[in-house]
Amino acid sequence: MLKDNILKVVDIKKSFAGVQALKGVSMEIKAGEVHCLAGENGSGKSTLIKIISGVYTPDSGEIHFGDKVYERLTPIESIRNGVQVIYQDFSIFPNLSVMENLAFNQELANKRRLVNRKRMRQIAEEAVAKINFDIDLDAKVGSLSVANKQLVAICRALMFDAKLIIMDEPTTALTRKEVDALFRIILDLKKQGIATLFVSHKLDEVFEISERFTILRSGEKVITGDTSELDNKKFTYYMTGREFEEEPFVPKNVSEEPVLTVENLGMNGFFKDISFSLHKGEILGITGLLGSGRTELALALFGLQQADTGTITIEGKPVKLNTPQDAIKNGIGYVPEDRLTEGLHLPLSIGENTIAAELDKLSNKLGVFDEEKKKQEINRWVKELAIATPDPNNACSTLSGGNQQRVVLAKWLARDLKVLILNGPTVGVDIGSKYDIHQILRGLAEQGLGIIIISDDIPEIITNCSRIMIMKNGRISAELSAEEADEQTLTRYMM
Amino acid sequence: MSTSRRNVASFVKDTHIRRLLTLMILWMIFMAIFRFDKFYTFLNFQTMAAQFPEFGLMALGVMLCMISGGIDLSVVGVANFTSIACGELLKILAERSGELTGGGILLIMLLGVLIGAFAGIFNGLLVSKIKIPPILATLGSYELFRGIAIIITEGKAVANLPIKYAETIAGKLFGIIPIQLVFFVVVVIILSFLLNRTTYGTKLYMLGTNKTASEFSGHNTDTVLIQTYMLSGICAALGGLIMLANYNSARADYGTVYTLQCVLIAVLGGTSPTGGKGRISGTVLAICVLQMISAGLNRFPQISSFYIPLFWGGALLLVMVWNTITVNGKSGGGFIRNFLAQLNIKTGSGK
Repeated sequence: MLKDNILKVVDIKKSFAGVQALKGVSMEIKAGEVHCLAGENGSGKSTLIKIISGVYTPDSGEIHFGDKVYERLTPIESIRNGVQVIYQDFSIFPNLSVMENLAFNQELANKRRLVNRKRMRQIAEEAVAKINFDIDLDAKVGSLSVANKQLVAICRALMFDAKLIIMDEPTTALTRKEVDALFRIILDLKKQGIATLFVSHKLDEVFEISERFTILRSGEKVITGDTSELDNKKFTYYMTGREFEEEPFVPKNVSEEPVLTVENLGMNGFFKDISFSLHKGEILGITGLLGSGRTELALALFGLQQADTGTITIEGKPVKLNTPQDAIKNGIGYVPEDRLTEGLHLPLSIGENTIAAELDKLSNKLGVFDEEKKKQEINRWVKELAIATPDPNNACSTLSGGNQQRVVLAKWLARDLKVLILNGPTVGVDIGSKYDIHQILRGLAEQGLGIIIISDDIPEIITNCSRIMIMKNGRISAELSAEEADEQTLTRYMM
Repeated sequence: MSTSRRNVASFVKDTHIRRLLTLMILWMIFMAIFRFDKFYTFLNFQTMAAQFPEFGLMALGVMLCMISGGIDLSVVGVANFTSIACGELLKILAERSGELTGGGILLIMLLGVLIGAFAGIFNGLLVSKIKIPPILATLGSYELFRGIAIIITEGKAVANLPIKYAETIAGKLFGIIPIQLVFFVVVVIILSFLLNRTTYGTKLYMLGTNKTASEFSGHNTDTVLIQTYMLSGICAALGGLIMLANYNSARADYGTVYTLQCVLIAVLGGTSPTGGKGRISGTVLAICVLQMISAGLNRFPQISSFYIPLFWGGALLLVMVWNTITVNGKSGGGFIRNFLAQLNIKTGSGK
């Protein structure tokens, strides 16, 4: 079936301050198709989207909408040609109601100065009906879940006779169920002849939703093709230019005695009757839906929240973990869920960030640093974890996501830990670094560290963990060995 | 960062420092043209060196609190409270023993530092344990300390102090260097050491940039905050002890312009109102520039000292606007609003 192109970009070039972000990229999108645009961070995806939506002006190249050709495009022209972009931050007004958010643009476009709530409600009702979105129109948008905010943004986009909806990494903050709902909507739009350009670097999503894909790497188009011809290995290769072979993790040095034992741990309203043990050399995976209690469990194990019932035992000794200091004293480290807001001091140096958890070890009793020891320690970890920086005195914010995550890891490895808990260790990390981080974790387990990985990323859990615990509604719904685990089984226990 | 903080090259590269140096040179040229013989005298510089430590010490404390992500608006209150308490005690000591001894003065100073430390710990507890926003906590404690001071003195000045105290603290080392300056320099050295060479300093900067991450690294952030406000209290108390010597009297409403001036100094010196950024060198330079400007303005009899608050208030806003445009980029707007809000509170409560 041959369809017309609704959008074609030809040989687009764009550079910023001497750095070429796009080096002559061409691609086309057909009416009503779901097209996936993939690439690592910095590959030029966002720049390309901003050129299509008229935010950036390309240095050279052409943008075709049907038979209209533009060399430069304004945002208004882009919208008139049916392009709508749903950015990651959704660009909605959190303090206004759903109705106001939906009706505002049209009211403004019609130059209406007076508010007519009845008319606004009607506009809003029509908008949500297009995707059968069931929502309280009077709810404040700020109080909605991320998924619902996104749907509001989609409804708003559809009000402008969109022919192409561009979604910039729409699934980042969604749960699996919400992703499914989003995908149903995308397919529904497809039936109405509306094309979707879906930006993602998550492989499973690319397979699931898109018919065709385009992969960018360092500002160049690597390939465009049908998703049916793509597989896991090829995808990774196109994205990174490297080949990775991840064998399932087989623990080698598992200790006889458990290093951490948790018995009947419970926290009111979050989790209940959690019992498990962790041996040295093991990697234990914990997964579950958002709100299953997995994060609260991790926080309780690190002393950030207190469990109400149950006991925690470290190497046979029962311990009380009331503060992170208690946890650290007992050899527990925690890599938080969001490294930007919880893990790093971005404006401070890479070096200072690496030693953040062991300041007291690098100083005398009065807290005066041993400068020589401090420098050695920083250099040691920068080297050991291959943190890519010309100078550890540079601010941590200069690093890429993968390297930042290594800094958070280094912070903990610098202490002699018994147990390391990682909450989403590779969220927002590109494939290459993700592989490297997994290798580091495996190496640590072999050296006798007990590791707990909490993750949404089911393939990550299956390939890297020797045992897997699934949480549901605050309880352990299953515990599987790595051999028994596959995606279907895990998903079944989660739902 | 800890090495670069001490690095001379980066000192000159820092936009705040460059701006201050430019301002200082321009002002010096201006003074050279219009009042050369009155400004460029040894005596004038000696006088300036005796004048700035009282508010310079307070500004250092404010800077520390701002690095932690907070602010200390109570410094003037702590300083006046300290100087009143110490002034009263001086009188008692002098009455009892007739002659004030060196040991007596040392005792008084020790007491002053203790008062400052306790006042600071009080602020620190309000901010860390009770979690009151620092602006409100310290504005409240400022009024509290001032109120106690007014009640003790019934609003009058504590005067008729034994002259020996002023002679000692406001004296000259080797007949040249003002003792006040010696206090200031010693505090600067101690604070530089604390910030750059100790775990306290690193923890403070970390707390200022990201409190959650500090907690996740196992730092006791409450302790760091309490230590910081305690240091600020001690700095303010030392400032108060110097004020006591400079004026040879104490009063609950001395130096009220200093609150805003201290914030201005910290911001001019490159301390970020959002925390995590700030260095002693920048603050010291800002103190010097402000002292030169106010001393220079005094050389123009036609400019009344009534203009000083207008100058400082205007300068603070100007610097914030400038920071927003040049340094902080897009994130600055909110802080301008914060500071405007602060100014409103200040002018409202000053009446």
